[in-house]
Amino acid sequence: MKEYTSISEIAGPLVFVEDVEGVAYGEIVEIELGNGERRKGQVLDISEKIAVVQVFGPTEGISTGSAVRFLGETMKIGVSEEMLGRVFSGLGVPIDNAPAPVAEERLDVNGLPINPASRAPPSDFIQTGISTIDGMNTLVRGQKLPLFSAAGLPHNKLAVQIARQAKVLGENEQFVVVFAAIGITHEEAHFFIRDFERTGALERAVLFLNLANDPSVERLITPRIALTTAEYLAFEKDMHVLVIMTDITNYAEALREVSAARNEVPGRRGYPGYMYTDLAMLYERAGRVQGKKGTLTQIPILTMPGDDKTHPIPDLTGYITEGQIVLSRDLYRKGIYPPVDPLPSLSRLMSSGIGPEKTREDHARLSDQLYAAYANGRDLRALSAVVGEGALSDTDRKYLHFADAFEKQFITQGYREDRSIERTLDIGWELLSILPERELKKVKKEFIEKYMKKAVEKEKKEAGKQ
Amino acid sequence: MLMNVNGDHMVKKGKIVRVAGPVVQAKGIDASMYDVVRVGEEQLIGEVIKIVGNVSVIQVYEDTAGLKPGDPVVGTGMPLAVELGPGILKNIYDGIQRPLEVIAEESGTYIKRGAVAAPLDRKKKWTFKPLVKKGDKIRRGAIIGTVQETDLIEHRVLSPYDGTVKSIKEGSFTVEDEIGEIEHMGQKKALRLSHRWPVRRARPFVEKQPPNVLLTTGMRVIDTFFPIAKGGTTAIPGPFGSGKTVTQQSLAKWSDADVVVYVGCGERGNEMTEVLHEFPKLTDPRSGKPLLERTVLIANTSNMPVAAREASIYTGITLAEYYRDMGYSVALMADSTSRWAEALREIGGRLEEMPGEEGYPAYLARKLAEFYERSGRVETLSGKEGSVTIIGAVSPPGGDLSEPVSQNTLRVVKVFLALDASLAQRRHFPAINWLTSYSLYKDGLMEWFAKNVSEEFVQRRDEAMKLLQREAELQEIVQLVGPDALPDKEQLILIVTRMLREDFLQQNAFHEVDMYCTLEKADAMLANILEFYRQGLATLERGVEIKSIANANVVEEIGRMKYLEHVKDVKAIKERIAKELGNLSA
Repeated sequence: MKEYTSISEIAGPLVFVEDVEGVAYGEIVEIELGNGERRKGQVLDISEKIAVVQVFGPTEGISTGSAVRFLGETMKIGVSEEMLGRVFSGLGVPIDNAPAPVAEERLDVNGLPINPASRAPPSDFIQTGISTIDGMNTLVRGQKLPLFSAAGLPHNKLAVQIARQAKVLGENEQFVVVFAAIGITHEEAHFFIRDFERTGALERAVLFLNLANDPSVERLITPRIALTTAEYLAFEKDMHVLVIMTDITNYAEALREVSAARNEVPGRRGYPGYMYTDLAMLYERAGRVQGKKGTLTQIPILTMPGDDKTHPIPDLTGYITEGQIVLSRDLYRKGIYPPVDPLPSLSRLMSSGIGPEKTREDHARLSDQLYAAYANGRDLRALSAVVGEGALSDTDRKYLHFADAFEKQFITQGYREDRSIERTLDIGWELLSILPERELKKVKKEFIEKYMKKAVEKEKKEAGKQ
Repeated sequence: MLMNVNGDHMVKKGKIVRVAGPVVQAKGIDASMYDVVRVGEEQLIGEVIKIVGNVSVIQVYEDTAGLKPGDPVVGTGMPLAVELGPGILKNIYDGIQRPLEVIAEESGTYIKRGAVAAPLDRKKKWTFKPLVKKGDKIRRGAIIGTVQETDLIEHRVLSPYDGTVKSIKEGSFTVEDEIGEIEHMGQKKALRLSHRWPVRRARPFVEKQPPNVLLTTGMRVIDTFFPIAKGGTTAIPGPFGSGKTVTQQSLAKWSDADVVVYVGCGERGNEMTEVLHEFPKLTDPRSGKPLLERTVLIANTSNMPVAAREASIYTGITLAEYYRDMGYSVALMADSTSRWAEALREIGGRLEEMPGEEGYPAYLARKLAEFYERSGRVETLSGKEGSVTIIGAVSPPGGDLSEPVSQNTLRVVKVFLALDASLAQRRHFPAINWLTSYSLYKDGLMEWFAKNVSEEFVQRRDEAMKLLQREAELQEIVQLVGPDALPDKEQLILIVTRMLREDFLQQNAFHEVDMYCTLEKADAMLANILEFYRQGLATLERGVEIKSIANANVVEEIGRMKYLEHVKDVKAIKERIAKELGNLSA
């Protein structure tokens, strides 16, 4: 091990060490303070004379006299099955007062890109029990589907509900949850832990917590540690892993902070030009792999600054992930939970996860028809606000009625309501019966016969019972 | 300048002096610009992109973690080149033409650093049939023989030299075997099934031809309103979720190119996997053979090294030009050129270059123009006609087209397919905005349409477009006063344009019939809708209420005509329109 006491400059999270020798790019560094405290860091730039080290944690207390040790390896984490049921810090140190699990393997936290030729296309439908997701933006195993939320919206609640309810039909296996808290408040973290404890999900979960008062640079490591653990559980231990990362916005802020400290040329809104690649290094670790039983599904959560979908964080995320579930403040204000707005939401892998034998033969067309009808209804709502409902045609008024009913019956559901896909589709058909049949151009005629009439009857019976 | 597979070159050793991300500086290799070098103990592949005194600045195509000052760097004295020969098709390569399937077999699920594999299978034997004989005087680029590369594509082996054929063999050969000899400027040179070509240099041709042949895509909105010419350039910009990738994949599936080069540049891994798993199952509507037989994939996904992403576009276009030179029409899909531009920006940033707009390097416009200019329908060196059509996706941040990549692209491309998020949100797919998109090939293709579709086609198209434009104006009024306040004639236009939008422009890429539409069918569909308009006008003249027209049975029939398999069934609707509307009375 090489130790130096030649720090020449400290700026933000960066420490410059002079006259080093044999130091590798990406190597992990340990800095020992005068009081014996140790901080970790990583080599960002190495030339013949100077190593630039990014410190994970505050640089407070580091002086030019501090000792710097280069550990000769890149950032690694010890992983094992025993991590299930445990809580770790954002750097992977246990914080639940139990001894560290014995590592079965030590892995580089940056991972390696999955060979596109080794991937298997995701195709297994995950039933989340939430109509707007299952029915219209279906999640499949191996997908990365973020929640686009904003401050004050119930994204954490929805994430917990998904984690609790998610299952693959016909299989009893539950998902293992790897949870990465990135710069969220103690209160939010507590909400997740409490819910996991209450439902017993904690036994099948690994938690990594970097909280708001933890060093921001650490935030760059937390998701990588979580994903390395998840990859190990999925591809070495044959588990189906659901990774929830919240909040990616805090991650991006940390990235910008470090980039600014390095005096890099900023891209849009001060975020570094490589943010797309950097985020992709996280999101692309989701997937299914040929010859492996396990899968890695991601639900990253981000809060859109100013509710703006074109802000670089949601924008770049949307370009990498396979769709997005968008929460809407307007719906939430109307008292609708979960406030998922189906119109800007999208699941790119939906078509490969639904259909006969997976969900139902009518699923795809029904979903298209619901989209189109709801979009039309919303447009007409805006129009009728100007010209009055009286100026609309009969058909248009039916669309208005449809949009209202759709929000009340299809989008709205309880926090503990776990809807089957059958039920979701039936509600959809029942709502379509509001519209004249010739408007239903996107669905096959035979499906109208086969499913709509049945659904309407079923609903009538249910209504009768109540 | 051409090189053999086993080209001789000088080897110069040097050492690393600095590492910062994908950029490494080295001393003592005495390299030229764009030379390929091997970096570190693991021999990572890199390329010299800047020279300052005795320091070479190298972009490394793999993750650089673990490299340190003092590590060896070896110059190869050769520029970044691809291997051209049989075995390219059906393959999936990374950005620097490493075969990903071979790498997966050798090193498993993940791409490990320093993985090496020959782009073309060294062991596979191909049956070669010569087309020249001893004593023939041939020109560079001449076809010296053929190999059946896939069921669909006959690989035409091109001579890298001018000269006199000294010998030529028939039989089974690997890509490295000598298949003959040629005397070139007094020297004997070996002929093989393969040769190398530097990716940053365009392959030569005799001359470019005018863009007056249609590249049929099977997508109604494109073939009818925004046609793409063979050898042309097209940009598809759009925010995320507007269907860029589905559009690109549909084009890769159904366009009538002989060969498709699909470059996944900085995009999703699962998408490339989808293509890889779906294409062998899909059949080409013209030949009935699996689509993969004519396809080569270049996958440098977003999490793969950024420098190789920069190279992937050049690797792709060079492969495309190679098949063009055999006399094929080639379509190159680049998804997405924005990610390529970002790779340029990232590397430019690491070089501490003075940035231009939004941090992009000042040479962005030139690089984009150079790339698109490698398209074209040409007379090849062997006298055949070949073409490279480029269809590039653009991913503007926030969907805002005023950003530099979109703007610089629009200055060079001739077809602009504007994807619109609001259309995508209401599931209007393909979400191509018919009012803002354009094609500058329309005029040049007029004759082609008249000859190959029908005399009336262009006229019908223009009439339909006029109606759609009129609709946009009417919609503004409707927003203020509601649709019922419009005169009947204008309400009829709204009914007809809704048909145009929903029953013609919208096309379901996942429907077994609708996913591909012939021009004959598109023409018949247009004719039906316009017939409805004409008959509707006549019916209104007779004092019939607009409601009766809107509720006619044929309306639903028109709505479902896109799902009809046979064109004659579509054509048959026209008569029923005339009959039903003709029978309406006040």
